[in-house]
Order: sequence, then C-alpha cells, then structure tokens
Amino acid sequence: MKIGVVVFPGSNCDHDCQYIFKDVLGQYVEMIWHKETLLAGLDAVVLPGGFSYGDYLRTGAIARFSPVMGAVKAFAKKGGLVIGICNGFQILLEAGLLPGVMLRNTSLNFICKDVYVKVENAATRFTNRCESGQVLKIPIAHADGNYYTDPITLGGIKANAQVIFRYCTADGKVTPDANPNGSLDNIAGIMNADGNVLGMMPHPERSAEAILGNEDGRLIFQSMLSSFGKPELQSKLIGI
Amino acid sequence: MNALVITKAILEQHKLSDDEYKKILEILGREPNWTELGMFSAMWSEHCSYKSSRIHLKKLPTTGPRVVQGPGENAGAVDIGDGLCAVFKMESHNHPSFIEPYQGAATGVGGILRDIFTMGARPIALLNSLRFGGLDNANTRHLLKGVVSGIAGYGNCMGVPTVGGEIVFNDIYALNPLVNVFCLGIAKKDKIFLGKAAGVGNPVIYFGSKTGRDGIHGATMASDSFDEQAAQKRPTVQVGDPFTEKLLLEACLELMAGDCLVGIQDMGAAGLTSSACEMASREGTGVELELADVPRREPGMTPYEIMLSESQERMLMVVKAGREDEVIKICRKWDLDVAVIGRVTDTGKVVLKEHGQVVAEIPAKALADEGPRYDRPSSPPAYQEMLQSLNHDALPDLKDANAALLALLDSPTIASKRWVYEQYDHMVRTNTMVRPGSDAAVLRVKGTNKALALSVDCNGRYCLLNPYEGAKIAIAECARNLACSGAEPIGVTDCLNFGNPQRPEVMWQFVLAIEGLKDACEALNVPIVSGNVSLYNETNDLSIYPTPMIGMVGLIEDADRAVTQWFKESGDAIILLGQTREDLGGTEYLKVVHHREQGSPPLLSLETEKAVQACTIRLIRDGLVQSAHDCSDGGLAVALTECCIAGSAQQLGAVVQLPLDGLRRDALLFGESQSRIVLSVKAELAERVLNTAWDAGVHAARIGTVGGARLVIQVDGDQQAAGCKIDLELTALYDHWGLAIPRALGQD
Repeated sequence: MKIGVVVFPGSNCDHDCQYIFKDVLGQYVEMIWHKETLLAGLDAVVLPGGFSYGDYLRTGAIARFSPVMGAVKAFAKKGGLVIGICNGFQILLEAGLLPGVMLRNTSLNFICKDVYVKVENAATRFTNRCESGQVLKIPIAHADGNYYTDPITLGGIKANAQVIFRYCTADGKVTPDANPNGSLDNIAGIMNADGNVLGMMPHPERSAEAILGNEDGRLIFQSMLSSFGKPELQSKLIGI
Repeated sequence: MNALVITKAILEQHKLSDDEYKKILEILGREPNWTELGMFSAMWSEHCSYKSSRIHLKKLPTTGPRVVQGPGENAGAVDIGDGLCAVFKMESHNHPSFIEPYQGAATGVGGILRDIFTMGARPIALLNSLRFGGLDNANTRHLLKGVVSGIAGYGNCMGVPTVGGEIVFNDIYALNPLVNVFCLGIAKKDKIFLGKAAGVGNPVIYFGSKTGRDGIHGATMASDSFDEQAAQKRPTVQVGDPFTEKLLLEACLELMAGDCLVGIQDMGAAGLTSSACEMASREGTGVELELADVPRREPGMTPYEIMLSESQERMLMVVKAGREDEVIKICRKWDLDVAVIGRVTDTGKVVLKEHGQVVAEIPAKALADEGPRYDRPSSPPAYQEMLQSLNHDALPDLKDANAALLALLDSPTIASKRWVYEQYDHMVRTNTMVRPGSDAAVLRVKGTNKALALSVDCNGRYCLLNPYEGAKIAIAECARNLACSGAEPIGVTDCLNFGNPQRPEVMWQFVLAIEGLKDACEALNVPIVSGNVSLYNETNDLSIYPTPMIGMVGLIEDADRAVTQWFKESGDAIILLGQTREDLGGTEYLKVVHHREQGSPPLLSLETEKAVQACTIRLIRDGLVQSAHDCSDGGLAVALTECCIAGSAQQLGAVVQLPLDGLRRDALLFGESQSRIVLSVKAELAERVLNTAWDAGVHAARIGTVGGARLVIQVDGDQQAAGCKIDLELTALYDHWGLAIPRALGQD
C-alpha cells in the first residue's frame, strides 16, 4: 500500500505516522510537502497531528488554504482513503471534508492522556479489524477537541452511522465523566457519508506498538490495510 | 553617538564596574562608543561571562570515554553507541519567568531547544525543574499556571514531548521562582555541528525571525537581583513564536543533512553580539557584519538595538563560500527570513558596519573569553550553626501516623503533578516508554534496542543546611532515579541557581556545592558535559535556597527491561534495599508536621550509594524486578504510597511490617535516609534477590507483600500503640496525593 503523509508547516506527528506505516507496518510512505498540488499513485493520505501554521488562529483555519488541500479534496472525491488525526481532523473540518467544528476544550487546557473510545461502527474501511462496540485505549493530546455541530447535522451523521468513535469509560459506557473535552455527544471521531474520509482526535499512532505499552491504535491502521486486501508485513525496524 | 560621555550613571545602567570599564579602555585603547559599551555590558554580564563562577566550575569532572563534546559549546554530547550521541543541556529562565510567567517559560523552552538542534541533534525530550512559593499565595498560583502553560504552549507546538520533571513549593521561592528547562536530542556522532566561524572569506548568514526591539539587555537583567520594581522590567522579556522555531528546526536539520555548513550558533542571551563574537573567538578568527542587511521588524533601529536585541528564533551560520544559494533556498522553503550579513575575517575582531561605515570594532576574544573573572570572598553565614542544630528530643514522636502521612501527601511538593504534566504533550514522537510520574522518564531510541532514561532533581533545603551534602545528594538521587528504571548514568548537565555572589555566604554555598557535585560525579563515574549558572536569584535582599539543579541521562542497553515505580502484581514481595537511620533533619516531614526547616540533612555514603545502584541495575537487567522506586521526600511511607497509587493502569495495596531497630517511629516512616530503594519482585524470586543484594554488600530486607486495596504499615512491637500504624484505603490516599494540587488551585 502506498501512503502519502502530508507535511504542513508546523505538522509534528508526520514522522510518527511515517514510522507506523513504514517501519512498523512495512508499507511504502511518501512525505507530501504542503505546496504539492497533485497526489498521484497513492492509496491513502494521512493528515497528521501538530500545530499547522502554529494554530495561532482557529486550529486548521490556515492549513485548509495550503495548495495541497485542493489535491486532497480531489483525491477524496475520487474515493481515495483519507485519515485526519488530531490537527488533521481539525483541518478536515475547516476544509469542509467533514461536517462540524472544533471548540476549545471545556477545561481550556491542553490535555494529554490515555482515553477510552468505543467503536460505534466497525463496518468501515478504518475499523473493519475492530468489533462493533469494542473499547480502544488511545491517547489524546489537544487543546481544541471539543467537537460541535448543529442538531440537524448531528442527527444526520448519527442516522447515517458516521459517528465512528465516542469517548467512553474503560468498560464501554458513554458517560459525561468519560468525555475529556466537552465534545458533543462524546464524539471522538467521524466519517464522511461516502465512508472514505475519517477524522479522529485520539492518536492511534501513539498506541500501536508493544514497546509503548499499548497496541490498540494499530487496529485502525490494520483496518486501512485490510480494506485494500493488503496484509501487514512483518518488518524489522530500520533507520532513526 | 561618538561624542558619548561615559558617566557613572551610564556604567551603573550597564552593570559595569569602574574596574571593568578600565579594562574595556585598555582593550580598545580608547573610549567605547554606545554600541560597544552595550556589547561589553551584555557579554561581560554574569549571565554570559560566568565571571563569579568560572574559576570554580573548572573543578568539575567533564571528561570520560563517552564524552564527545564537553562544556563550552551550545550543549554537551555523549556517545550512546550505534553511531549516535545524546546531546543535552539544562538552562534557567528564572528572571524572565517571574516578570512574565507565560513568555518567560515559553522562551526558556525555545532557547534550550535551539541549543540542542544547533548541534545537529533532533530534540526528542524536554524536562523541567520548577520552584515556586506556597500555593496558598495567589501570585504563586498565577506564576504556576503561567509557567506551565508557557512550557506547554511552546513545547507542544514544537512537537517535542515534555516527558518529566519535578516541582518543589517553598515560600523561599515566592518572589524568585526557578524555571529550569532540560532538553535532549539525538545526533549522529559524526554529524555534530559547532559554533565556529571558520574559513576566512566564508559568508556569515542570518536566518530565522526578524530582529525587533524586544529583549534588549535581557542578559543584563538576568544578572541582576529584584525588588518591588521588577514588573517594570517586563520589556526585557522576549516573546516566543514556537511556530517559527519549528520551521527553524526543520530548516536547520535539512541544512545539516548537506555539506555546506561550517558552523552555526543560535542567538540567545546577548543576541547577535554573543553569536558573532563567540563563533569568531572559538576559531581565532574575526567577523565583519553589515547591520543594514540584518532583517529587521521595524525601521530606525540603531546598531545598539540590533546587536542587543534578544528577539527569539534567530540563528547565525557560517557556510562554505559559493554555497549561499542552496542555503538560502532551504531557508526560503521553510518561509524563514534569510540574509548574508557578513564574512569571516582573519582580524580576530568583530567589526560592525552600517551602510559601510564602521560603527563598532572589538577583539572577539575580549568580548567572549577575556571578560572579568572574580574569586569572590566566601564565608559561612552567621546563622548556619543555628540552622543545622536540631534537638530531636524536643520533637514529639508520632501520635497519629495516618494523619502525618495524609498531611505529607497533601504537600504539593510530594503530591501528584498530574495536573501539570497532562498539559504537556508527553508522547509525541512516539518514543515515550515511561511517562511522567515515575522515577525517571524512559524513551526508546528508534533504530536501536536501547532506551534512554532521564531525570532532573535537587533538594534545595538540603543544600541550604549543608551545601556540600545537598549537592552530592542531588547527583546521587538523580542517578538513583535512573537506576530505578534500570539505566546506567552516562552524563550530567547542571543548572546552578544561587543568590547574589557578592554576598560571601552565597559564594560559600556555591563553592561547597561545587565540591559536592565533583565528589559525587567522580564516585559515580559520570561526567558533567554542559550546564548553566544562574546567580542573583534574590529579591528584596532575600536569596533563594542554593539550588544546584541536576539533569542526568542514563542508558538502558535492552529497552524491554526498563521498569517503573508502581507495584505490578498481588503477591509480589516488597524488598527494601539500603538502611534507614534517624534522618529527620531537613525532611519534608519536619517541614509539614513540625513546621521546621533545620537540622543536618541526611548524610550520604557514596560507596553505599554506588553499591545500591549497581545492585538495582543488575537485578533489573537480569529481569528479576517488577518495580523499583527511590525513597526521597517523605521517606519510606510516601515511597510505598506512591508504589501503590502512582500507576495509571491499576492501584495495588500492600501490607508492610517494619522492625523498629531502635529508631524513632517518625524517622522510620518519614525520615529521608539516602541510598534506599523499594523493589517489588515475584515472591518466588525474593530469596534470590535478597541473596544477590547481600552478596553485593547491600543491606536488603523483605518488608512486605503487594496486594489488597489498603496500605498497611505496621511497626514491630507496636501493636499496642494503634496510632503508630498506617492503615488507609488506597482511595483515601489518592484523594490527598492525587488531588492536592488541583484542589489548591481551586480546580478539583
């Protein structure tokens, strides 16, 4: 599988996503500079986490104007697989590839910790290796993860099974206490109606290796590979 | 400008003494102009010249088989094998953080990051050591929140994880908080870059942010003490821009991957002045700069302002002649300002021109290396004997051990720092194996089987009571923290925070502390490869406790063997390595329960320490240990509590039985005897572990068993005295330890 990882100025999880796909899962990875206007020969595109353009304005608000975003939209429109993680999710919202907006966390602080999310829809190209209702432990690290949208849009994405992950307790209960940032309906990740664009606030690339003490996040990347019928390769870790 | 008359008032404003001014006259053979005076003032400030500390710093051990770069460069570098180096340094940003906590702390992080990537290393970890007043003080709460968000704001945006640190709260720091930041990066051993202006004729290139009028004379401010007027110094604090720094980082590493770069240095304290003269001085060359070509934020800036601006996120580099275009192309790719502003010369001088006209001309060495050196008088404070006296008989022994333990857990110095570290991204770059909250942070080194363990530490109260022992303990405890994760110490960086060196009692503390650091480093065989000195930490004539902060790096050959401090499994045996003595002097217990900060701190035998650490490392390496935790603030009872409740995955209780051994009960439970480590091991391995320890000459005893939902600590022969038993539910312990800080901040 050929994965493109987009590098915006200020992206800082680009290397982490590269490492997972290339060194852990043995796939071909291309780093895509934000000034590129064509995405050729890729199976999937990753918009990584970080602080694109410093996020001094609303998160993702400037990155959506990067030249590469036109290409990402075209890629998505043709059915290409796109995953936006954390800042990548925020950029997808700003770019209109996913519905809704991000508000500041209710605590007003940046929060970095493990959270639990419940897989609400396991019949997707991003979650087919999970069980429906399965609880995954994946860390979050953001100051603006408080998802919000209007009631009609919310009703629509729920009815259409586009809510993929919701914050929950360790035993899978979706409760206000399990919600780290005030997100509407405990939403942690959503998908577009066509099922090829996913945005999620938790960082699966940080919980995909035994040496880091947690491999739950790996299921998401494995699901993406499975959706292409390409099993993950066992690769030796190479390079730094 | 040239017709300047240097008055006493002008010298005072520039913090130059009459003797220092005479020396300037000798060096130049004439009167300096305004720009030159400013440059001398900045470079000869305590902050840049180390004039009070340098003769003492020479005593520190700085060499060893792993040392690739010792002190004197932007950071130190230590060989970790596999062709890689760990590059690290710690630095203070105390003064700016007091004046403006968010930006002060943020730019502290920015500065230390630049020091690391300037060397060609990609930064992979930040830690910090903070000192504040008590949290009952509203201004302290403001400072804590500001500093924590400043560190978070900068580090998180940069994508460098803040993986650990420590915080102590004590009223002595209320008007002079300490903000020390540590950074570690990884570089290829054969690709270390230094700050040198080599190759006469090579171009000098400026890149990064534009130069503005911010932070002018920051270095001089940082070399002064404070009074009520401190807030008026806010304009000397810089404003950080982590986004630009992130671009600067990526641009630097991209430039360094090629072969056009000759030397590079960041513009930190004293800005363009220090980078220009230090790069020339190191190489014995000169530089000639055209100030009109320096990218500026606003028109009308004078040479004085351009040379002394401490605008952040700026770099100076020397590249091979003829390669300018490729360098400029990379900088432009990253949207950075870039300009060729001069050339390397063979004159040995820093020559500054403005539109071709010379505006300053100073020998580079005179600025960078030939500043004043002082052997300042030192003598013990008159109150030292009174401080050290502590009559144990005058202290009532424990009446209610449960209450004493809970009071200690409520002390923000001991309480969980979760409220702090959850605001730091501590996982980005996916190397963090052991997150904040254990004895040491542990990071895997990608592409190898190794891991690095990192710890920062210092007990300022110990150093006040006995500067020599306190400094020794800072090194020993840092190394012990590493040992508890299974790591062998390989290098030290220090950040020596003291009061006003013109006070003999402060110099006395400084000189003794250096002796302590030296002896401990030599005994534990670990070199100091970089560091920083922060003096004049006093406000309204009150100096801080001497606080020689230590950052230490340890190597774990087999990353899979790393362990953490919390208990893992019910039924495991709890073993205490090391011996408990009657050490109540200087303890957190004495402060919290008896409201005294006096006595002799625990004395430390370096021989014993070495044996305990070696034994722990060996047991961990052999895979015999489930958890290991050092006994420090709050003694054995607090260490056991943390073993029970500090883990994020689960909480496990313990039942512990201690022999009294003729000790006071409070000393047994809360005394801070050094060289002690709490291990948990599988029950069937307990005998083997005990024997291994005894064979290595280490005192070891099985003191209890892991399990249950309570922490129970009984003292032999104490069955009647029910009040001397600790017996508490873990949830109650956590309610104090886990929530004390948010509660004190009104955010529980």
